[in-house]
Order: sequence, then structure tokens, then C-alpha cells
Amino acid sequence: MKADPRIPIAVGAALLLAAGVAFGAPHMVGDYFVRILLLIALNSILVLSLSLSNGFTGVFSLGHVGFIGAGAYAAGILSLTVQQKKALLPHLPDLLNWFSLPFLPATLVAGLFAALLAVIVGYPLMRLSGYFVSVATMGFLIIVNVVLINASDFTRGARTFTGVPLATTLPWVIGWLAVTLLVLARLVYSPFGRRMKAVRDDTIAASAVGISVLRARLVAFVIGAFFAGVGGSLYAHYLGSFSPNTFYFAMTMNLIAMLVLGGMGSLSGAIIGVICVSILSELLRSVERGFTIGDITVPALFGASQIVLGFLFILIMIFRPKGIMGDRELTFGLSGRSANQNHKEGKDR
Amino acid sequence: MSQLEYILQQVINAVSLGSLYALVAVGLSIVFGVLKLTNFAHGDVMMVGAFTTVLLIGLGMPFVPAMICGIAASAIAGFLIERIAYRPIRNAPDVTRLLTSLAVTYILENLGILLFTSSPRNFPLPDILNSSWQLSGGAITFTNINVLTVLLTFVSLIGLGWFITRTTIGLGMRAAAEDMQAAQLVGLNVNKVIVVAFIVASAYAGLAGVLWAAQAGVVQPQMGFTPLLKAFVAAIIGGFGSISGALLGGYMLGALEIFIIAFLPDTVVPYRDAIVFALLIAFLLFRPGGLLQPNREIKL
Amino acid sequence: MATADPLLRVDNLEVNFGAVRALKGVSLDVYEGEVIALVGANGAGKSTTLRSISGLARAKSGTVAFAGTVINKRTAPQIVRLGIAHSPEGRRLFGGLSVAENLRLGACTRSDPEGVARDTEKMFVLFPILRERWRQLAGTLSGGEQQQLALARALMAAPRLLLLDEPSLGVAPLLVRHIFDALAELKRQGMTMLLVEQNIALALELADRAYVLRTGKVALSGIASELRVDDRVAQAYLGAAE
Repeated sequence: MKADPRIPIAVGAALLLAAGVAFGAPHMVGDYFVRILLLIALNSILVLSLSLSNGFTGVFSLGHVGFIGAGAYAAGILSLTVQQKKALLPHLPDLLNWFSLPFLPATLVAGLFAALLAVIVGYPLMRLSGYFVSVATMGFLIIVNVVLINASDFTRGARTFTGVPLATTLPWVIGWLAVTLLVLARLVYSPFGRRMKAVRDDTIAASAVGISVLRARLVAFVIGAFFAGVGGSLYAHYLGSFSPNTFYFAMTMNLIAMLVLGGMGSLSGAIIGVICVSILSELLRSVERGFTIGDITVPALFGASQIVLGFLFILIMIFRPKGIMGDRELTFGLSGRSANQNHKEGKDR
Repeated sequence: MSQLEYILQQVINAVSLGSLYALVAVGLSIVFGVLKLTNFAHGDVMMVGAFTTVLLIGLGMPFVPAMICGIAASAIAGFLIERIAYRPIRNAPDVTRLLTSLAVTYILENLGILLFTSSPRNFPLPDILNSSWQLSGGAITFTNINVLTVLLTFVSLIGLGWFITRTTIGLGMRAAAEDMQAAQLVGLNVNKVIVVAFIVASAYAGLAGVLWAAQAGVVQPQMGFTPLLKAFVAAIIGGFGSISGALLGGYMLGALEIFIIAFLPDTVVPYRDAIVFALLIAFLLFRPGGLLQPNREIKL
Repeated sequence: MATADPLLRVDNLEVNFGAVRALKGVSLDVYEGEVIALVGANGAGKSTTLRSISGLARAKSGTVAFAGTVINKRTAPQIVRLGIAHSPEGRRLFGGLSVAENLRLGACTRSDPEGVARDTEKMFVLFPILRERWRQLAGTLSGGEQQQLALARALMAAPRLLLLDEPSLGVAPLLVRHIFDALAELKRQGMTMLLVEQNIALALELADRAYVLRTGKVALSGIASELRVDDRVAQAYLGAAE
């Protein structure tokens, strides 16, 4: 693939824009919008990490949030100050209770921890296909949840885990989002990426031409888990306090909805999905609180927004299961060839 | 309490719990057999039945008619779910169908929370069901609800057995589960078979929901979540898609859970759900056809 | 024999599976009371033709007309009710169900219990082994027994036209003879049949007329007894792919 000189320029421009948004936004728009931006960027990291296995290798993992939760708790434990550890986690093993890590190292360790988990879990599970792997990864999510609830020496069990410093700011999230995008784009639009998609599209044919199916899936699974762990740490340092239930089925459904709406085989689709669902949720939620038009008062209907989202999801499954972007990317006409052409070129090999 | 009495008590507990799991697993297996779809909404269909029963009892209806209405409500709910959500995607890829099933459960649970709030409500049991039996001078106890559970499981399964061997539609369900195309070739109206399968499975869910809530003493919108997951493990262990597999798996899972609670050290007991799902993963890896169907392939 | 309109008329049938063109314009006629053999090499499109008639495969273009009605767009269960029964490639029995249950399902489109009972007795006459294996699971039968059950199951629908796909495949030679004797008896009783069969000799012995398919088209057709001694038949099998 010849190096297109327009690409580094485009990437540079995008990064400048991102930096501008990250540092300028808090001064230009209110707190509410900053928060929305932050959540969109944060969810984008999570959904991108999900798309690697679910969208690009065809392994529809229902257990991804287990890695997010593991990362969140790992980072949280590492970040608490020593006094907090004594107060909140009195039974924490000596190995862990004498130091506290700053934000970046804690996040990196969280990512690595999640990745390590993914290696252990993925090695057996990535042999399964289709329906079976979805169910098995769901089992993993449940196991993580049970462990989080019961290992109270580490996690305060079912009680709220609190005291995590609120270190997640917009610049941090945009920065990590840029890193995630860069790494994933490099991976997905590379020979290895073509191998992943071959595994997704036709597993038998792929292994017939010598592609190691297990390795392709495992690499995607582990890298996806790394960024899930990173995202988990960012999320933990955004919330400040959380419990095992924060990282369970509700978050799973949310992320899946964003991924599917945007298009499972597309990186830009993932972000578009996040933006759409986030905006839609916010709109629906404000309606949920009840409103008055003239003489008519519509009462508050909490939970209605989720019901509407659920119906919308089903409609998408019926009429446009590929999502908004399907397999295509938003390239703004910048790269010399479309993502589709790269895809086709890979297929001709 | 002697060792023997302790064991007998655990056996009774296991049979009671196993019956509940079996009832839920049977419904799941029927739907999977015919549609090759995991109906995650099955737990919420249970919830519909349980809530209907509770509401009707609250309005003054006696227990038995209220339970029958609850079962009917579940059957109707299942029918509607199939018609609205599952029929349009019948030929879609597996992932799409899995996601739709998750979406349905999401909608139903939130609907329940919207209508009834997420706080648990009391399940008003008639006194006769609450009364307990004591054997061996109080060393072994169980209540009439346990008796009712086992009895109803037994009776309903006999009914199901008759249905799937003596009626054309019942036979059609088994045939369609084995080979849908061949079922079409002999002239079976497969739409009708699928609808009936859903109604039967949902009725089972309703019965299971009422009994589960009765044993737990409360209803709440998320009540179907845990039974669904457990029944799912039970069905996989026994052999997903097979009714006898669901039965076997249900009782084995009940026995396993009671065994963990009763005989393993206290530090391990809270992790029993983790053990159960680790077992699920083990079966998926090494014996995906379950105990009764060793010949299912593992695909890479 | 051909005095009225054909019972089955297939006209210029084209069937694609994705990018593969399985049938490129197949036409054939089956008149009431006839036995038509459909022969040809593997992959020529014989099974696809049967599946298009019985509704398991959708045609891209062309028509299938049965007793004057166009049946292309109908579903398989509807086509069974119209009077076509198909004993498919691979038999496709319900292995977990007994012989009795398989036969009962074969008759599921009928509403005359006495007729069903009489036909069951007829099946026992044609295929006595089925009475012996009545309660046994279909999956535990031998290849030849399964083929007999598959044929019987199709016959239980009291069809006007019977489609048979490879009845000799996987069956011991002695039983093959028995099955074809039964088919001859059915023919004597007036059953109209469209038979796909690898064993040309048996097929042409039983049939009145035959069509030879090659790579999705009819290469040859004619009276069975004449085709038996026609060199072109072997050529159609061995000829180069187009």
C-alpha cells in the first residue's frame, strides 16, 4: 500500500482539532456539554474496544464489560491513597496497601491486567464459534461479577467502591481516544486486519489458506480487552464511586446498542453509533422527566426512554442490521483509496 | 440432626429447586429446538405470569384461578413476542437474532420497572401453602409450596409427554426441532408449529414464574434474570433443544447448587454462581451437546 | 399415454445458488401414470430440479405447473397439500422419532383417518420391515430400511406425484432390488413418479421416459427403452463441462 502523503496531514489535522476541542471546550461551552462530550469520547473508547472482536473478527463477545469492570476496579484499587486504602479496604493484602499510583500508570496497569485476563480466558474460548462463544463470554461476565461481589477484601463486595480521585478530564479522554483510534486503525487496515476479516467472513476458508483462526481471534480479543481495561480505568476515575453492578448487563446492552447502530465492521461507525445513541438517550431522558404543552401535562415516565431505545433497536435488527455505516468508514475522501478498496485488495490475495 | 437426616433434607431441597430449574429449562429448550434461538426474554415471560398472579390475588381472586390466569398471561406474552419480534428476523444471521432477544428482555424489564417500580412486592401466599411439614421430629422440614412445585412439575411434564407423542402438532414440534426442512417436506405448517411451541414454552415459564415467586415470597421486575441464566446452564448441561435434556439438566443443577451450599466450606459458598457458570463454559468447550447429545460438533 | 395435459410441466427453470447457476433452463413434462427418470452426472442439477418442484428451492425464472396451477411461489407445505410428495436426497428422516411417528407425520396433511389406516397397511405390504421396526427410532435403522421408511413417509401423503431422489444411494444391493420391485408395484398401481437416480440401469428399467441432465440443462430426452442402448447417454455423463 503506497504511502499517501495526504494521510499524515489528515491525521495531524484531526489531532489538532481534537486537542482544540479537549482544551478549548471547557472554556467555551457549559459544564453540561463538556460532560456530554466526555461521555461520548469515553464510550467511544469502550465501543471501539468492543468492535475489535465483535465487529472485525466475528466473535460476538457478551463478556466485554467484564474486562471494563476488571480494569475499573484494578485502577481504582491502585489509585486510592494509602489512607483511603486503610479506611475502605482494611483487609487488602500487604502487597497492595502501601502505595498508590498516579492516574496514567494506574490506567496502563488496568489495561494490562485486563489484557492478561483476556489471554487466560480467550485461549480456550476463542476456539468456539458463533452462538457458543457469545454464551461462554456471557458466562465470563457473570463470573467476574460474582468475584467482584465476593472478593470484598479487594472490592468492598457489593457495597459502593468509593474514593477514586476524579482524574478523568476531557483532555485525558480525547488523548486516549486518539491513541485507541490510531492503534485500532493500524491494526484493522493492515495485513493482520485482513486476516481478521477473513476469519470473520469465512472461518473454514480462512483456515484452509493457512490463517491461524485462534491466533487472529485471540489477538483481537486481547487488544480489545486492553482498551476495555483502559476505558474502565477512565470510567472509574470519572465516576469516583461505583459498584459491581455498574459493570454488568445494563452497560453491556448500552455498548452493544451503540456498536450495532453505528455498524459493527467500522471504526468510524462505532463513534457515530456512540454519538447517536448518546444524543438520543439525552433527548429521550429529558422527555422522560415529563413536560407540559399548553394545557396538556405529560407525567414523568422513568424508564420509558430505555423502552423506546429497545424498540428502536429491534427495528434496526429487522430493517438495517448492518447499522448506519455497515462495513464502510468515513474517510472524508482523504485517503487515496476507500476502505472498501483496501478490503477488496486483501480479498484478491 | 444426624448425617442421614441432613442428607435427606438436602435431597428435598435439591428436588424442589431442581423442579423449578427444570420447568424453566424445558421452555427454553422447546424454543431453541424449534427456532434455534436463545430466548433471553423467557425470564421476563416468567415475570409476566408472576406479576399477573400477584395482582389478581390482590384483587381478591383465589390462588388457583390466579395462577391459571398467570400462566395464560405468560402464554399470551410469549405469543406476542414471537409475532412481533422474532418472526420478522426468522432468517436473519444468528447474531442478529441473539441481539433481538436481548433487546426484548431489555424492553420487558424496563416496562416492568416503569409499571411496577423496581422494589420487590410481596407474594401473598394462601396459608395452606405456607404450612410446613416436619419429619423426624423437626429435623427435616418442607412447606406445601415445595410439595406443590414438585407435584405440578410432575403433572405438567406428563402432560407435555402426552402432547409431544400423541398429537400431530406435538410430533411436529419434535420433527421441526430435528430437521425444519424435512418438516416442511411432509407438509407440516411450520408457522403453526412454531407458534404452538412458543405458547407451550411460555406457559411453562408462567408456571415456573408463579412457583418461583411463591417460593421466594416476592416479585420484582428483574426476577426472571437469575432463573433464566440458571435454566440456561441447566439446558446446556442436559442438551440444549431436548426436553429430556432440560429435565436432566434442571435436576442436576439443583443438586449441584444444594450440594455446594450444604457440603462445601463457607468461604466457597458465595462463589457458587461462579462455579455454575464455569461449569457452563466447561460444557460449551468440551461437551456442547450436553450430557444427552454427545454428537454435536464443536465448530471453530 | 399422453392424451391430456401433463400433470407436471416444468418450463425453462433457472435456479441460482448465490453466484452458482445450478439450473440454466430445464424443461420437462410428466404425464399422469408415467414414471420419468432424471439422470445425469453428479452436480448436473437433478436434485435441484426436484427441490424446485417441491418448494425447497426458489427459481430465478421459469415456471413449474402442477395440474394446471403454477406452483413456483408456493411454500413446500402448500405444495404437499396440492398433491406432490418428495422423498429427498439423504432421506431426511426424523431420526429421534420412531417409524410410527415418521409415518404419522407423513400423513399430517390428511384428514381421513380410515384412509390413513388403509395406507399404512399398504405400506406394510410394500415394505414389511416397517411393521417389524414399528416402534424403533428411525435413526437406528439400516440404510436400506431408512430408504424404505422415507418412501413410505412420502407415500403416506397420498400424493398424485411422487418425487424420488436417489433411492438406491447407501442401500445394500439386495435391498435396492426390493425397493425397485416395490416401485414397480407402485407404478403398476398407477402412481406417477419423477425419479432421480444414479443407477442408470435401474432407472431406465423402471421408467417410461427419461431426461438426461448435464450441467444444468437437458442434454437428451426420450423413451427409456431407446435410451438404454443410446451411446449419447454415456457421453452426456462423461462429456466435458461447459
